[in-house]
Amino acid sequence: MSVDKDTVRRIAKLARLAVPEERLEPMAGELNGIFKWVEMLGEVKVDGVPALTSVVAQKLKWRKDEVTDGGNADALMTNAPGGEDHFFTVPKVVE
Amino acid sequence: MSRTIKGQNLIKGSSGEWEIVIGMEVHAQVTSNSKLFSGASTAFGADPNSQVSFVDAGMPGMLPVINEKCIEQAVRTGLGLKAKINLRSLFDRKNYFYPDLPQGYQISQFKDPIVGEGEVTIDLKDGTSILVGIERLHLEQDAGKSIHDQHPDQSFVDLNRSGVALMEIVTKPHMRSSEEAAAFLKKLRAIVRYLGTCDGNMDEGSMRADVNVSVCKPGGYEKFRADGSFKHLGTRCEIKNVNSLRFIAQAVEYEARRQVEIIEEGGTIRQETRLFDSKQGETRSMRSKEEAHDYRYFPDPDLLPLELEQAWVDAIAKSLPELPDEKRARFIAQGLSPYDASVLVSERELADYFEDLAQGVDAKAAANWLNNEILGRLNKAGLAITEVPVTASANNAIIRMISDNTISGKIAKDLLDIVWTEGGDPKAVVEARGLRQVTDTGAIDAAIEAVIAANPEKVEEVKAKPKLSAWFVGQVMKQTGGKANPAAVNAALKTRLNLPDEG
Amino acid sequence: MSDPTAMTLAEARDALKAKKMSSRELTGAFVAAIAAGRGLNAFITETAETALAMADASDRRIAEGKAGALEGLPLAIKDLFCTKGTRTTAASKILGNFVPPYESTVTQNLWNAGAVMLGKTNLDEFAMGSSNETSAFGPVFNPWRSKGSNQNLVPGGSSGGSSSAVAADLCLAATGTDTGGSIRQPAAVTGTVGLKPTYGRCSRFGIVAFASSLDQAGPMTKTVRDAAIMLTSMASIDPKDSTSVETPVPDYESFLTQGVKGLKVGIPKEYRIDGIPADVVAMWDKAADWLKSQGAEIVEVSLPHTKYALPTYYIVAPAEASSNLARYDGVRFGHRAASPRDITDLYERSRGEGFGAEVQRRILIGTYVLSAGYYDAYYSRAQKLRTLIKRDFDQAFEKCDVLLTPSTPGPAFGVGAKTSDPLEMYLQDVFTVTVNLAGLPGISVPGGLTESGLPLGLQLIGKAFDEGTLLRAAQAVETAADFKAKPAKWWTA
Repeated sequence: MSVDKDTVRRIAKLARLAVPEERLEPMAGELNGIFKWVEMLGEVKVDGVPALTSVVAQKLKWRKDEVTDGGNADALMTNAPGGEDHFFTVPKVVE
Repeated sequence: MSRTIKGQNLIKGSSGEWEIVIGMEVHAQVTSNSKLFSGASTAFGADPNSQVSFVDAGMPGMLPVINEKCIEQAVRTGLGLKAKINLRSLFDRKNYFYPDLPQGYQISQFKDPIVGEGEVTIDLKDGTSILVGIERLHLEQDAGKSIHDQHPDQSFVDLNRSGVALMEIVTKPHMRSSEEAAAFLKKLRAIVRYLGTCDGNMDEGSMRADVNVSVCKPGGYEKFRADGSFKHLGTRCEIKNVNSLRFIAQAVEYEARRQVEIIEEGGTIRQETRLFDSKQGETRSMRSKEEAHDYRYFPDPDLLPLELEQAWVDAIAKSLPELPDEKRARFIAQGLSPYDASVLVSERELADYFEDLAQGVDAKAAANWLNNEILGRLNKAGLAITEVPVTASANNAIIRMISDNTISGKIAKDLLDIVWTEGGDPKAVVEARGLRQVTDTGAIDAAIEAVIAANPEKVEEVKAKPKLSAWFVGQVMKQTGGKANPAAVNAALKTRLNLPDEG
Repeated sequence: MSDPTAMTLAEARDALKAKKMSSRELTGAFVAAIAAGRGLNAFITETAETALAMADASDRRIAEGKAGALEGLPLAIKDLFCTKGTRTTAASKILGNFVPPYESTVTQNLWNAGAVMLGKTNLDEFAMGSSNETSAFGPVFNPWRSKGSNQNLVPGGSSGGSSSAVAADLCLAATGTDTGGSIRQPAAVTGTVGLKPTYGRCSRFGIVAFASSLDQAGPMTKTVRDAAIMLTSMASIDPKDSTSVETPVPDYESFLTQGVKGLKVGIPKEYRIDGIPADVVAMWDKAADWLKSQGAEIVEVSLPHTKYALPTYYIVAPAEASSNLARYDGVRFGHRAASPRDITDLYERSRGEGFGAEVQRRILIGTYVLSAGYYDAYYSRAQKLRTLIKRDFDQAFEKCDVLLTPSTPGPAFGVGAKTSDPLEMYLQDVFTVTVNLAGLPGISVPGGLTESGLPLGLQLIGKAFDEGTLLRAAQAVETAADFKAKPAKWWTA
């Protein structure tokens, strides 16, 4: 599988990353180098091998249904680059 | 369950008839104190961002820890939908960017949901029932809320809802009319409310439906049910966030007609997401969702697989309340009509009220009393069953007084009016105001004599036309202030006027 | 006492306990050393004032007899741990001037034990790198230089600020995080000890996430004993991290005296890869002899899928990272591009401006391998490979108690020497990355110097949650290596 300029543009869009037009081609080259190397995984027979979902042999922790958090609106807003009256603000989103 | 399609479900197009096929995805907010993966409150209507933990806000380094109540509620709901509970399920990340999605992904369940296939029976107005298959139920996080009308060029983001647990319930495409779609949602709402797993409050967004609509030529659906192949069905459109039972019917009707028109004009239906505009009563394409979706699902590495023990699931199954279908069957066995039974079980509070009301009395009489007297008065006053001013046990006492001839049916209605507005114990009111039915033949005979004396000409008329005896009954009732037992009056009149037994 | 900064953590602890010096004096010495060592660029944020205030509080507690396990001991914190009220950057522009309103569990555990925070150390941006050259705050320099050379070398990465600070005596010990080798590799190339615990041993709560299924915090120290002391305080059972295990935390220091007699040490034959320098192999062989001479038994084991570990890692880690880094969107915190046209523009430019080249590259790799049509070929296959790699270790550990390998394919290299070819840089982690994929504990211990006078590390790998045995073996290697060399303090000149 080979990655071209358009593919880089498409995945950059999916990742919401502004990649300058002149960087698309070189980036495609870099990614291809990496994907070509990764292709060696194709050598391994993985039929019937389960995909790993967790390296630790442990049961998922369950929390009690208690209200223990929140009430932090001020602290939540201290790092906000855009905010008004405890709301985060962004350029208007048109549905 | 196979059945023949009724003519009124078909849409008439210029080229012939079309059939509607409907599937639904319902988002039901799990009833819990705190969120799915954080300890922030789920209460409705709080100040902006006041119920947000740093986890819900997607702050760096924050991690999800699952709320056991939400797991239990999902399992409880699954059991209520007669569905398979998966003892191992996985949480996946659904990746996309939106201002009210703080993590940049929604934690959901994609490949391995907690609940698998189940079914819901829906009862239609014509007395028939159909089964709607449930494809799956999974747990996921709700997003926050973007408010677009507070500022000319900014959207405001409130994350109070962010992270609240939702159950997404997906049906198979087993509904074939707007009536069925609405009936399904109503039934589902009743089930989750019986279970206590979702409050079903559609106004507050606790229950929201996305409706998938397609049209096909008659017969296509049967072929689909026979071999399971979607090729027999038309291309579907998903109508987002239809948030009332009324809108569901409107949205389905509009969308189906739109699709038929397009096809008949030689066009093709594009699979897309559409929004129902309740003001215009139409659906329209959501351009913002048109961009190619690629959610890049993968198992959330912050969480381990969710594993349940069968014994734990069994314990929940044992604790399930009686659900609408079982209750309905029991009510029918007690003598109620299927229609009355369906109405009574549609709300758990109504069914509970009915059961208290019907304690030790004839079920049919209790149902009639509830339908005609109590619900009639509630409707007039715009009140819900939870706000009824007369307790079920007081009404039970009234019904008992009717059945043991203490009071007449007519007096019973007056009595209900009195306790409805003034309160009080019905038995005490009957005694205090002398409303007891008169069964004493002496008193009835006296009243008859008085009526005969005042209307001698009528006596002759009745003798000629025995059917006119009803007039005499009415007069005697009037004479006794409605308290005379109508049967006793009838019998006494027959004797006194020498009327034949059957007239 | 000549120079308090040259003490080990254990020595300083004992000195404070014996009231030979105060935390204030000790902390003051480190504050001065950090100021004099700015040429190394090891710190992004220095917190001298906080440090001295914490030292005073420690001195009071010591006087009251209420000293904790790390009372008054000055530490450096990798700037990936969120510290309440102190700017946390992940060495990225995207976080801007982010000041967390919360504390990571690991650092909270350290403060609860009485430790003093000297500052936040530099790292590769979002911990993505093996040389500390991707930091938005500039590269960190290794205190070590080749014999007779003035060339600046890298301190390894991603915990390069921490490794440099420990090696240059700018702190008693530091925290690091290790996703593919980010503790062990920098420790190896700076002549220090770096321990990556079992996945789940230290809480990830409050640590800026890189790859959630691989990230693990651990100590970076001058000695194996110091690593044991640090780990005892850093580790905990944390209800705020679903992957934190319920196993109680032992006193790791107590294992150190147990020796290695009878211990079976496995040598994985697949680690003898082509192209690694002769002195790396020679030191590895020598270390096996050291352990053998102390009573351990050396056995050869096989980890057949070793060569697939690095490519597997470069699918799994970027995939998780692409999702973990989606939250840096310029909405609730961090960098927001000026005058965005619309929401998409805000996202694309904030992220385009805020993330550096390597982070962007990995986000693109991760987005691609998870995207429709490629998931099975890449991500799903990689997770299956992970199962096989983990099985390799399970089987190897049926034959031995710990594994011995080199830590890195070579000593520290020159700044800028490997930045043009990402693949060459990725190969730095070839010996360390398998351990993360299998969730096992690993430690790098200094083995000695190369001919050109640069430190090399030896890696020991343990069974899950068997850090005790790992530390025993590490102690044996450290004792035999008797590594006493110190870099010349060129940076203060």
